[in-house]
Amino acid sequence: MMLIQTPVGAGFPSPARDERGVALNLEQLLIEHQEATFFWRVEGHSMTGMGIHHGDILVVDRALEPVSGHVVVAVVDGGFVVKQLIRRTNRLILRSAHPDYPEIMIDPEQELTIWGVVRWSLHRLTYRTSP
Amino acid sequence: MVAAPADIPHIALIDGNNFYVSCERVFNPYLRERPVVVLSNNDGCAVARSNEVKALGVKMGEPWFRLRTLAQQHGIIALSSNYGLYGDMSQRMMALLHQFTPHQEIYSIDECFLDLGPGCPNATALGHAIQSRIARSVGLPVGVGIAATKTLAKLANHVAKKHPAYAGVCNFNALDQMELNTLLASIDVGTVWGVGTRSANRLRALNIATARDLQQSNGPFLRKHFSIVMERIVLELNGHPCLAIEEVTPPRQRIQAARSFGAPVHTQEGLEAAILTFVRLASGRLRQQGSRAGALHLFLRTNRFREQDPQYAAGVTLPLPDLTDDELLLARAAMRGLTALYRPGYAYHKAGVILLALEENHQGCGDLFADPVVKRRSAALMTTLDTLRHRFGPKAIRLAGEEQATDWQGRSGNRSPRYTTHWDELPVARA
Ligand SMILES: [Mg+2]
Repeated sequence: MMLIQTPVGAGFPSPARDERGVALNLEQLLIEHQEATFFWRVEGHSMTGMGIHHGDILVVDRALEPVSGHVVVAVVDGGFVVKQLIRRTNRLILRSAHPDYPEIMIDPEQELTIWGVVRWSLHRLTYRTSP
Repeated sequence: MVAAPADIPHIALIDGNNFYVSCERVFNPYLRERPVVVLSNNDGCAVARSNEVKALGVKMGEPWFRLRTLAQQHGIIALSSNYGLYGDMSQRMMALLHQFTPHQEIYSIDECFLDLGPGCPNATALGHAIQSRIARSVGLPVGVGIAATKTLAKLANHVAKKHPAYAGVCNFNALDQMELNTLLASIDVGTVWGVGTRSANRLRALNIATARDLQQSNGPFLRKHFSIVMERIVLELNGHPCLAIEEVTPPRQRIQAARSFGAPVHTQEGLEAAILTFVRLASGRLRQQGSRAGALHLFLRTNRFREQDPQYAAGVTLPLPDLTDDELLLARAAMRGLTALYRPGYAYHKAGVILLALEENHQGCGDLFADPVVKRRSAALMTTLDTLRHRFGPKAIRLAGEEQATDWQGRSGNRSPRYTTHWDELPVARA
C-alpha cells in the first residue's frame, strides 16, 4: 500500500510520510480557534511584569470570552492597548504590569470594547541568520 | 401549492455588510462611524462604501475624481483597496460558516449560501447565531437571509439589511403570507437576483415593477419574451428551487478553476503545471465575460479522507497590482502563491485558482493612471491567444514558466497595513 503512494521514480519512502509519528506543529500549541486568532505587535513597556515586552508578537483569540484576569487587547481613546482586565466590584479596570504605569479605570456607564484575549506573547531571543 | 413545513428547504444567504470597509474597521477604530470608501486598484473608483457614505448619495463604482469635493465637505476617508486583508478575512468568514454546515456555496468574496436543510425548525435563531459567531470571531457584521430558494434568500438578505426591525436576519419561511407579499411588493424588480438593468426596464414596460409583480407573472409568457432564465426566476420567487448558481446570467463575481487530481501530486513542478492550466481556463472565462480581476486566490490540499496521510490545506489571496485579464500576470501571481504555500512531503489531492474582485471591462475602473501602451499590448496579446486557442484547441499555446513581464507598479496611495498576511505589518497594541 505504501508503494502506491510514493511518486514514480522515488527510490525510498520519505520519512515525512512515516505514519508512526507526526512532527510537532507550533500552530497546534498556539492556536485554539484558527479563524478567530490574530497576531499583534507590542509597542511599549507597561506589561513587562507579565513577560510582555516591546516588539513581542501577541497571539490574540477573539473567540474566547474575556474574564477578569485575562490579558486583553482593548480599545481606549480610539487606540488599541494591551492590558490586564480586572473586574473590581462593579467597575472594570485595565491594569498594567509595571510600577510606572497607572491603572485605567473604566467608568461604569462607559462602554469598553475588548478586541480579543491574549493567549501567548512571543519574545524573540535571537534574530534569524537567513532571510 | 402548500408544502408541509417539514419539507420547506431553508437556504441561507450570508452577506458581509460593506465588506471591505468592515474589514478595515476591524483594525482601525478611528474609521468606525466615520464616512469611509474603499477605492478600486489604482484608486480609480469606489468599490465599497460605509453606510455614512451611502447616505451621502455616493454610488457604487463612482470615480474618485468626481468624489473629491464631496469628500472634502464631509470628511470622507478614502482608502486604497487592500485585497490581501479582504481575502484573508473572507477565508476566515467562509471557514466559520462552513462549521454550521458543509453544504456551502461560496458565491463571492463576501457572500455564501448555506443549505440549512428541509424543515429546519429554528432557522431564524440559527441566523442570529451565525451573525454573532462571525461578529465575535472576526469582527465583521453580516446580514442573513433565509428562504426556500436562492433567489428568495437573496431578497430576504436585502430585506434583512434594509429594514432595521429584522436586526440583520430575515427568514421568509417564518413570515406570514401577507407580510411576505407586502415586502415583495416594496422591492424593485431590478433588485431581484438575475434580473439585469435592461430586463428590468423591459419588465417595467410590461407593468412588472416589483418582486411581487414578477412573482405573480406568467412564467411561460416571460420565457417567450425574455428567456428560460426569467421563467426560472419566477418559479424561484414562488418557492420552487430550480435556479442553479451557474444558470444565473449576470457576470459571475468569482471564477473558479479547480479539480481533484486523478493521482496524488507530490512535487512543486507537478502542481505548477496543474495551476497554470487552471489559470488558463479561468482567465479565458474572465475575458469571455468581459471582466477583469483584482485578486487571485490559490488553494491546495491533501486528501482529507485519507486520514492515514499527513494532512495539509492552505490558501492565499494575492492582490493584483492592477485590474487585469492578462494570463501572464495572473500566472505570475499564481506562481508566487504556489511558492508561498507549497510544502514538500505531502500527497496533494486538489488545487484550484479563484479570480476575485471582478469588475466589468467597460467601467474603466482602476486604469485611470495605468500605462495605456502596456495595456493595449497586453489586450492585443490576449486576443491573439484566445483566437489561436479557438482555432487550434485550448492547449495550442501555453505559458512557458515565468515570463518576465513588464513591471507594473500598483499605485495604491492610501492602503492600510496588510495586518493579517505580513509579519512586518501587524496591528499594534500599546503596552
Ligand atoms: Mg456584501
